[in-house]
Amino acid sequence: MPEPLEITESAVQSAVDAALAAIASAGDSAALKTVRTEHTGDKSPLALLNAELRNVPNEQKAALGKLVGGARGRVGQAFAAREAEIVEAEAAARLVAEAVDVTALPSRFNAGARHPLALLQDRVCDVFTGMGWEIAEGPEVESEWFNFDALNFDADHPARAMQDTFFVDPPEAHLVMRTHTSPVQIRSMLERDLPLYVLAPGRVYRTDEFDATHLPVFMQFEGVAVDKGLTMAHLKGTLDHFVKSIFGEEAKIRLRPSFFPFTEPSAELDFWHPTFKGGARWIEWGGCGMMHPNVLRAAGIDPEVYTGFAFGMGIERGLMLRNDVQDMREMVEGDVRFSQQFGMVV
Amino acid sequence: MRVPLSWLAEYVELVPGTTPEDVHAALVKVGLEEEDVHTFELEGPIVVGEVLEFVEEPQSNGKTIRWCQVDVGEANGGVRGIVCGARNFFPGDRVVVTLPGAVLPGPFPIAARKTYGHVSDGMIASARELGLGDDHDGILRLSTLGIDAPVGSDAIALLGLDDAAIEINVTPDRGYAFSIRGVAREYAHATGAVFRDPVELTPATDASADGFPVVIDDRAPIRGKVASSAFATRIVRGVDASRPTPAWMIARLKLAGIRSLSVLVDITNYVMLELGQPIHGYDLDTLRGGIVVRRAEPGEPFTTLDGKQRTLHAEDIVVTDDRGPIGLAGVMGGAETEMSDTTQNVLIEAAHWDPVSIARTARRHKLPSEAAKRYERGIDPTIGAVAVARVAQLMVDLAGGTADAGGSLIQTTTDREAIDLPDGFVSRVIGVEYTNDEVHDALAEIGGVLTRVEGGYSVVPPAWRPDLTGREELAEEVARLVGYHRIPSVLPVAPPGRGLTRSQRLRRQTADALAAAGSVEVLSFPFATDDENRTFGSVDGEPVASVRLANALDQSTPFLRRSLLPGLIAAAKRNRSRGLLDLDLFEIGLVFLPEPGHVYGTAELPAGDAKPGDETLAALDAGIPPQPRHLGVLLVGDRVAKQPGVAAEPYGVADALDAARRVALATGAELEIVQGSHHALHPGRTAELRVGGRPVGFAGELLPALAEADDLPRVVAVVELDLDAIIAAADPAVEASSIGTLPAATQDLSLVVGAEVPAAEVAAAVREGAGELLEHLELVDDYRGQGVTEGSKSLTFALRFRAADRTLTAAEASAAKLAGASLAGERTGAVIRD
Repeated sequence: MPEPLEITESAVQSAVDAALAAIASAGDSAALKTVRTEHTGDKSPLALLNAELRNVPNEQKAALGKLVGGARGRVGQAFAAREAEIVEAEAAARLVAEAVDVTALPSRFNAGARHPLALLQDRVCDVFTGMGWEIAEGPEVESEWFNFDALNFDADHPARAMQDTFFVDPPEAHLVMRTHTSPVQIRSMLERDLPLYVLAPGRVYRTDEFDATHLPVFMQFEGVAVDKGLTMAHLKGTLDHFVKSIFGEEAKIRLRPSFFPFTEPSAELDFWHPTFKGGARWIEWGGCGMMHPNVLRAAGIDPEVYTGFAFGMGIERGLMLRNDVQDMREMVEGDVRFSQQFGMVV
Repeated sequence: MRVPLSWLAEYVELVPGTTPEDVHAALVKVGLEEEDVHTFELEGPIVVGEVLEFVEEPQSNGKTIRWCQVDVGEANGGVRGIVCGARNFFPGDRVVVTLPGAVLPGPFPIAARKTYGHVSDGMIASARELGLGDDHDGILRLSTLGIDAPVGSDAIALLGLDDAAIEINVTPDRGYAFSIRGVAREYAHATGAVFRDPVELTPATDASADGFPVVIDDRAPIRGKVASSAFATRIVRGVDASRPTPAWMIARLKLAGIRSLSVLVDITNYVMLELGQPIHGYDLDTLRGGIVVRRAEPGEPFTTLDGKQRTLHAEDIVVTDDRGPIGLAGVMGGAETEMSDTTQNVLIEAAHWDPVSIARTARRHKLPSEAAKRYERGIDPTIGAVAVARVAQLMVDLAGGTADAGGSLIQTTTDREAIDLPDGFVSRVIGVEYTNDEVHDALAEIGGVLTRVEGGYSVVPPAWRPDLTGREELAEEVARLVGYHRIPSVLPVAPPGRGLTRSQRLRRQTADALAAAGSVEVLSFPFATDDENRTFGSVDGEPVASVRLANALDQSTPFLRRSLLPGLIAAAKRNRSRGLLDLDLFEIGLVFLPEPGHVYGTAELPAGDAKPGDETLAALDAGIPPQPRHLGVLLVGDRVAKQPGVAAEPYGVADALDAARRVALATGAELEIVQGSHHALHPGRTAELRVGGRPVGFAGELLPALAEADDLPRVVAVVELDLDAIIAAADPAVEASSIGTLPAATQDLSLVVGAEVPAAEVAAAVREGAGELLEHLELVDDYRGQGVTEGSKSLTFALRFRAADRTLTAAEASAAKLAGASLAGERTGAVIRD
């Protein structure tokens, strides 16, 4: 049996002093937890004194209760204040401990990329769909009729021989790798209703040498419009708008007389830009013209009622001019560094 | 076409000081595109010198040099000592001396230099050193060119070496621009300068009864066009074929790109360049009887003047005499009758040949000659009589002899058909309001003959413009003479469009999704070897049909690809050889998949000037081999590189499947992955990919042996998908179900099953058995080892249950789970793990 406690002022004060000293000296939450057990727990001196209250005479209960209650309140307040301090200090210390070098964190990110030719082709398509045009496609192994005959290339005309055509074996089967995207003109006119405003992007093939400025396989886009009352001025307006959309408002175009079997009149498209490498100047970028009446006839369209215009440009050349690519071979070698310079934006 | 400016200036006014660049700038406006400028690329002082005397000095290297004293004139320093290696000259010869400070083509700067024990104070030049020809048998003696010029005079001007030529690109419709005559006319159009037609400066040869006998006997015209509609001849007798070609002519021919051969041949080439009319000269004394023009007998042999024996085709046109063919018309003459150094009498021929016949013959015999180039584009058929006269005149002037007074002339050329040009037509095509006067003047200027008819003009195009056959061509002539700069810029308004098609949109989205996830797009050439097509273009490795090119650039890859993987492998190798080892590559492109045994193409082509019937069009389309758009992915190296605190994670088949999932996400397709096989892929690490129950491709790791044979690491993960098929099979629109918001119940389920059973089968059975309360199922563990029987595995699935209308009790969720386990047990033998 423990010796009965006597609630005295000095006993209470001594318990409080001991508790406050312990609270003040607690350095972390673990120490504070011990302090809590020792000085405010069920077995702590103040708790035992408090328990003793039930044994004191009724007339002393109020005074002694106030003495013990006040003491416990002071200790409780001191504990709460110290606890808040420690929580705050520990939270701050944890943040400091958690600091990392954000420049040296491991990464799971890999830099992917679209091919810039594909990106530029998408942009070109967007300019035209923005004007209400639609995008058409066709096969790359194509019948000679679509690639040549329907486009007013006479079988014996030098223009046909000059196309540097890849023929599918055997040549008597009259299949070629399309030399331009123009067969899609014919397919579009045969399949679609008039009026017709169509852009045909895609790969084309010529038996060209493979060097810095020539590829045997390259990308073109071909525009074709057939409507009532179209003139060369509309062709020029369309090209003007297109070039400004892709190269900026400062770009200008110029048409020069030329010859293509499927257009009459025909023109070469030159364009000018102030920021070309090597200075502002005119640079050739494709052919265009009013559709030859024979081409309209081949698609069953009456040239007395409808007129049309067509134009064709190479995407590779566009990329060279626009983004300063110096060597076309880089476009087809598949070196990831080439595409990664562009990422997903051309 | 190369045009020496001195020559151009003979027929059109060139303002003094006009540079080649000025001429280019003018011609480009009328459609003759600038290609290049050619000069002799030399600088003076280069002067006429006279060899006074020389001493021959044998050298230790076996050569003998001449130490010469050459008088180059007081103004140039008088007599100079010059070392010369050539020995083809004599004291008293006038020669060309390049003095110190001069520059010869190369460039070779000339300086006084010590050589063979002397200071050589200049150089005596050969024709080749001056850029005048190929002759380097010795130095150029001016007497051999017939030149007698004073000592000290400027040899550059004397030899015509101060001239320059522009080179223009001539489009295939403009045959007449392959002549000085044509370019001079165009220059006049561009600048307004006065044009003098050379055809009008020489009187035409008159047809005479005693002209050389010629018969045109074409029994098989092509497309109804007779072999020759114009044939003119003239004879020049008593020429001296050994005379030198004058320097000015050599220089002009050289600038025009033609080598000087002999005076007679040079003259025929000169007139061809000047008038655009090819000329053939025969040694008259070698001819037997008169000339007959006919089509060749099939298989008829003929030796062209290049010494090659050729086997002729029934469409070839031949010029014959009594012995048989003596010329392949319009393409190349015969060896037996050509002009030589000893020729005394010349028969000059200027013919017009059917362009189609010549084009076919030139291609058939691979003889793209200067003459053929002009004939196949079409020449002026009316100038033969003038051309032979011009040749005769030059031969008399330069090689002596006399020309017969007349010649023979066949001219069956029909008049050009007039083209109706309604008023306003040109304006309607071009979009510029031209006045009638502008239209009239432009067409008259190009040589058209216009007659005013009701509501327009009737226009007869000039003989030299066979390309002008319709009013659209006339519209272009008006537009280009008035100037394309007059055309305004007007944006047409297209009817409202529907944007990209679904397929176009989804393909773009797919490429973007792959790129955003770290894949790099490449574009490969679609040329392949047979082996590549068999390896990757066939699932079982059996031989496959491939499209083959008749004229592949690279004979080792004559086929079109059946698969994108060889291109990706090549790109991977290239990257790795450049030190880029961790690669995630993709390509979207067509592959070419002919059916075995199917014959593609069409034997006949319909005409191009009218719409073929539906059946004909359908046959053309049916003749085109299938070319679907595929998507390929290749992964090699590490997906996650070794980094601080992180170990490297290599790419593998799982990444290939993720790439396929990305494609499915981007296209809206529901992808099904099943264990598969492909003879080029790892037998245990290959997935067949399906959409809507149909196979659409495969993913897996390359057979390690194949990868290693390509110098790649053992593990290379690949995917190949038929993107067109995926898009076609994917649901075009999503049907949304409502999202449950009541609390979910989650439970795990561990099932022991045979190790060989695909997890997907177990999962599918659980899903089906658990019914609609099961919202989500995920495989979280595949355990083999202690506690699980050998040959079995324990699969743990995390299950999430939810009901739409109530909060599920644990008992309901458990019941559903057990139902799932039970069906899995029935289907796969799975038992719940204790």
